[in-house]
Amino acid sequence: MTLTSIIFAGILTYLTRMTMIALISRDMLGDKIKAVLEYVPSAVFPAIIFPGIFINDFGTFIEMNDPKIFGALVAVIVGYFSKNIIATISAGLVSYWFLIFIVFN
Amino acid sequence: MLTKKQLFTRGMLDISPHMLSVIPFGIICGAIGVELGFQPYLVYAMSFIIFGGASQIVFLQVLSGGATSLVAVASVGIINSRHLLYGAVLSEYLEKLSFIKKLFISYLVVDQGFAESNKFFKKNRSEEFLHYHLIGTGCTMWVCWQIATLSGIVLGSFVPEELGLKFAIPLTFIAIVVQDLKKLDHVIVMITCGLSSLLFFDAPFKSYIIISPIIALFVAALLLRLKK
Repeated sequence: MTLTSIIFAGILTYLTRMTMIALISRDMLGDKIKAVLEYVPSAVFPAIIFPGIFINDFGTFIEMNDPKIFGALVAVIVGYFSKNIIATISAGLVSYWFLIFIVFN
Repeated sequence: MLTKKQLFTRGMLDISPHMLSVIPFGIICGAIGVELGFQPYLVYAMSFIIFGGASQIVFLQVLSGGATSLVAVASVGIINSRHLLYGAVLSEYLEKLSFIKKLFISYLVVDQGFAESNKFFKKNRSEEFLHYHLIGTGCTMWVCWQIATLSGIVLGSFVPEELGLKFAIPLTFIAIVVQDLKKLDHVIVMITCGLSSLLFFDAPFKSYIIISPIIALFVAALLLRLKK
């Protein structure tokens, strides 16, 4: 039973991936739409970033002094100047750990 | 002109730093599935059949919360609908491929792979075998995701929960968009999306994940009109 639902969820997910790549030809999208599509990364990824920082596991907003906010700011600054993915992730995690294990402990 | 193999390798290299967050997250996903009481083979089947990160956890959480399987399937579909936007962007570069190749490549489109391959595509439009870059990012992600979720299923959550490694996921996406903070129009679009996602976080079926990009793209369209 659960397996059937997983298969349906898988087909649905595959369709979201395949539809625009395989079924839509590029000429069907006008120049204006193409220009807007340039913004897709900036328009999609903050919807993963913001809740990942500001909303906790129980679905409620975090306090304004939450270590995640500090960790995210450090990651933004390090990422902006280093242009390095590993440095960005590590800086965010280490500063977050520094606060939860040393400062707030 | 780069060879297919060079492009594939380049794709692997471009996405591999993200494995720093993807692997711990995969382990956590696998472990949570088993903790929620689902049979291990079903938890793993999702990594193969859905291959969709957070949507896999949501699927199991919705089911174990007592909702019908229709609700669980719908949630996965809505969370993953953002791939439609990725596909629309990528289609420009994949246009010349045969239908069969398009069908195969589609399975491998994931967030980080789309982000890194799209960056590469924009700078290397003239390459003939560009799609090998996307296959490189997608295959790397696929292999790591299978191994990570499988380890979480078999070994349990051996990643200590106190480390809060789920936080690595927003950090990975910060690394992807951070250079666009140089452009004011992109900053406005990002803030619109981020604030909308918090505002609509409680909307049914986790639909904030597609509602906020749509709002942000409308704002982007307005900005383009103002620029002219």
